Amino acid sequence: MGRKLLTEHINVEGIETIEVYRQHGGYRAVEKALKTMTPDEVVDEVKKSGLRGRGGAGFPMGMKWSFLAKPEGVPRYLVCNADESEPGTFKDRYLMSKLPHLLIEGMIAGSYALGARTSYIYIRGELLYVLRILEKAIAEAYAAGFLGENILGSGYSLDLYVHPGAGAYICGEETALLESLEGKRGNPRNKPPFPAVQGLYARPTVVNNVESLAAVVPILNLGGDEYAKIGVGKSTGTKLFSACGHLNKPGIYEIELGLPVEEFIYSDEYCGGIWKGRALKAVVAGGSSVPILPKDLILKTAAGENRLMSYESLGDGGFVTGTMLGSGGFIAMDETTCIVKNTWNFSRFYHHESCGQCSPCREGTGWLEKVLHRLEHGHGSLHDIDLIVSVAKQIEGNTICPLGEAAAWPVAAAVRHFRDEFEWHVTHPQEATRPGAVYRGNLVLA
Amino acid sequence: MAKVTFDGIEVEVPDGTTILNAARIIGGGIVPPAMCYYTPLKGSGGKCRACLVRVAAGSAKDPRPMPKLVASCITPVQDGMVVENTTSEQVLDVRKGIVEMLLINHPLDCPVCDQAGECDLQNFAFEHGVSTTRYEEERRTFEKIDIGPYIQLHMTRCILCYRCVYTADQLTEARVHGVLGRGDASEIGTYIENTISNDFSGNVIDVCPVGALTDKTYRFKQRVWFTKPVNAHRDCQHEKCNGRVTLWYKGQDVMRVTARKDEYGEVKEWICNECRFEKKETADWVIEGPAHIDRSSVIAQNHYELPVVNAQIIADLPESTMRELALNPPLKLGGLNG
Repeated sequence: MGRKLLTEHINVEGIETIEVYRQHGGYRAVEKALKTMTPDEVVDEVKKSGLRGRGGAGFPMGMKWSFLAKPEGVPRYLVCNADESEPGTFKDRYLMSKLPHLLIEGMIAGSYALGARTSYIYIRGELLYVLRILEKAIAEAYAAGFLGENILGSGYSLDLYVHPGAGAYICGEETALLESLEGKRGNPRNKPPFPAVQGLYARPTVVNNVESLAAVVPILNLGGDEYAKIGVGKSTGTKLFSACGHLNKPGIYEIELGLPVEEFIYSDEYCGGIWKGRALKAVVAGGSSVPILPKDLILKTAAGENRLMSYESLGDGGFVTGTMLGSGGFIAMDETTCIVKNTWNFSRFYHHESCGQCSPCREGTGWLEKVLHRLEHGHGSLHDIDLIVSVAKQIEGNTICPLGEAAAWPVAAAVRHFRDEFEWHVTHPQEATRPGAVYRGNLVLA
Repeated sequence: MAKVTFDGIEVEVPDGTTILNAARIIGGGIVPPAMCYYTPLKGSGGKCRACLVRVAAGSAKDPRPMPKLVASCITPVQDGMVVENTTSEQVLDVRKGIVEMLLINHPLDCPVCDQAGECDLQNFAFEHGVSTTRYEEERRTFEKIDIGPYIQLHMTRCILCYRCVYTADQLTEARVHGVLGRGDASEIGTYIENTISNDFSGNVIDVCPVGALTDKTYRFKQRVWFTKPVNAHRDCQHEKCNGRVTLWYKGQDVMRVTARKDEYGEVKEWICNECRFEKKETADWVIEGPAHIDRSSVIAQNHYELPVVNAQIIADLPESTMRELALNPPLKLGGLNG
């Protein structure tokens, strides 16, 4: 059993209240930071920890913090991105609903480190019940003197607000999130200027994922160096994975980075293997936007080494034979899964969620969805397969924000690894569209 | 000042200039196309992705190439930057892709569209696109919407450049139209079919790169290439309007009035609705002379102005041309911008 740094006490009765949370070591990190450390020392600890952003991009968090512009006399902001809406990813919701004070504690320490006097949690609108849990916890933190004026007598003051979104995936993109938080339409901004220079209300702003901010708490408690010893290589610490799909034990697991993927899927300690005794077909390892990998490539890299749950190992082989760790939405598919249907489903999501601001994404996501719909329903032709690869390539890299890539990558990867299944849909439309049809090489089972 | 190399041509520009504007200083065929960027409109640009270029070297200090193509209209230059536009195969390929994306839901009704002939999308597609389509699905369509007495919105043709939104932000106190909906269901609208009524609303027609916003006083009256643009002015009483316009003549009739545009189709001085919609008699105006249309537009194809003011060239003109000129004298021979 690996170490649990975030979720150690998650099943303790009443942990969502400040009393129980403090009985289990809560708010020690805030006390340590505010009473014994300067803001720069907090940033240094996070840098030393090697923590990488848990929202998907995996950018080193200490470095992101040190990029924040600090002009005199201008307010700065810390914003927590709790707009978790990637299909397959549901770790932040769990963390916030069970351990609201962990996030609040991480935000207080983070705001102190960055010199922010006002911080925001931008939460996905659908998670209204979590918003209520957070607001209750924030009220408790105010009452206990961890928020408000002169926290713990340190002279540092902080106000923390929770703000709900209105149900748009695009608002998880940090600049769209800031626009939405300002009360505008959630369109991503052109960069530069980056939020570190001109973010919320055109002030320097840092936007961090829920899990990243929560991880600041164990980093401060253990010390950055000690935290960096956990994990493997540049993938330090523990990470929450939300495992779903055709698994015996889907759910949220905190693992030390570097765990072999095979162990994660098949060990009884984690997902417990594939359900109904079936075989694994493919895995989407980091939320719906990362490239899908077939069984052979998710368990072993192209070089034949064991694939590990780490940023480097999952990324091994680039997009030809590798994928990304992403946000930790681990979707396993058994042998009966139709990859074409799955790809169409993902495409439908991105088509629905594109903000429509820039032309490749606005038009391309819809086009992809329509062609994939045609292929899935047996009306496609062989050059439709090349067409979707080409359209995906026209979107990728040419858009304002990463949603374009998120829409293009799964399509390109599905065709890359499962081209024969796409072709089967074209050459055997009647069999492929029969309910329950499964592609296994050239064999069809109903 | 920053020194930039654009397609092998070096140019020195003030710090903070965008790559696109640096290219416009050089001018000519190397200038990237722009469908959404509009110099007078603050905040415009970055959306259509038509102007993507490759930055082969970021700056003298950090000469690494930029990992992705960048939107030249919003990316400021750095000293020592090396930019590739027409010299990069990748850029030209991507641009073809952008044309394709912009056209898949555009109706291609140019034969009945008032904008044809001065349409940015038409020019863009002609210069950078391919002549076939790979799109087989149904196109997105909308009902036409009347927004007020002067302007018609035909959303089907819209490419969502946001120019009209920024225009209203800039020229009026309270914008009443905007982008509704999301993704490819986005549309320009006034929510409850409000009217856009303010003294400067007509300018959205000029900034629209396609035929989505058209002048109701001009709709279906004439093809633009059969009209002759003439610069004129009047003593406009409106405090923000100086009454400097272009009149578009067919024979003796003023078919429409627009603001004056530069070679990139950008309006330099906004005009009020009174000048635009209500002054359609020659008597209302002081004529300055023919307007020079310097774009790759079909208007230029049919232009009556002699291209070069040079006595020798005029003397060398074939006799038939001289006879033609004598029979139908132009308003003014030669001269730039009248």
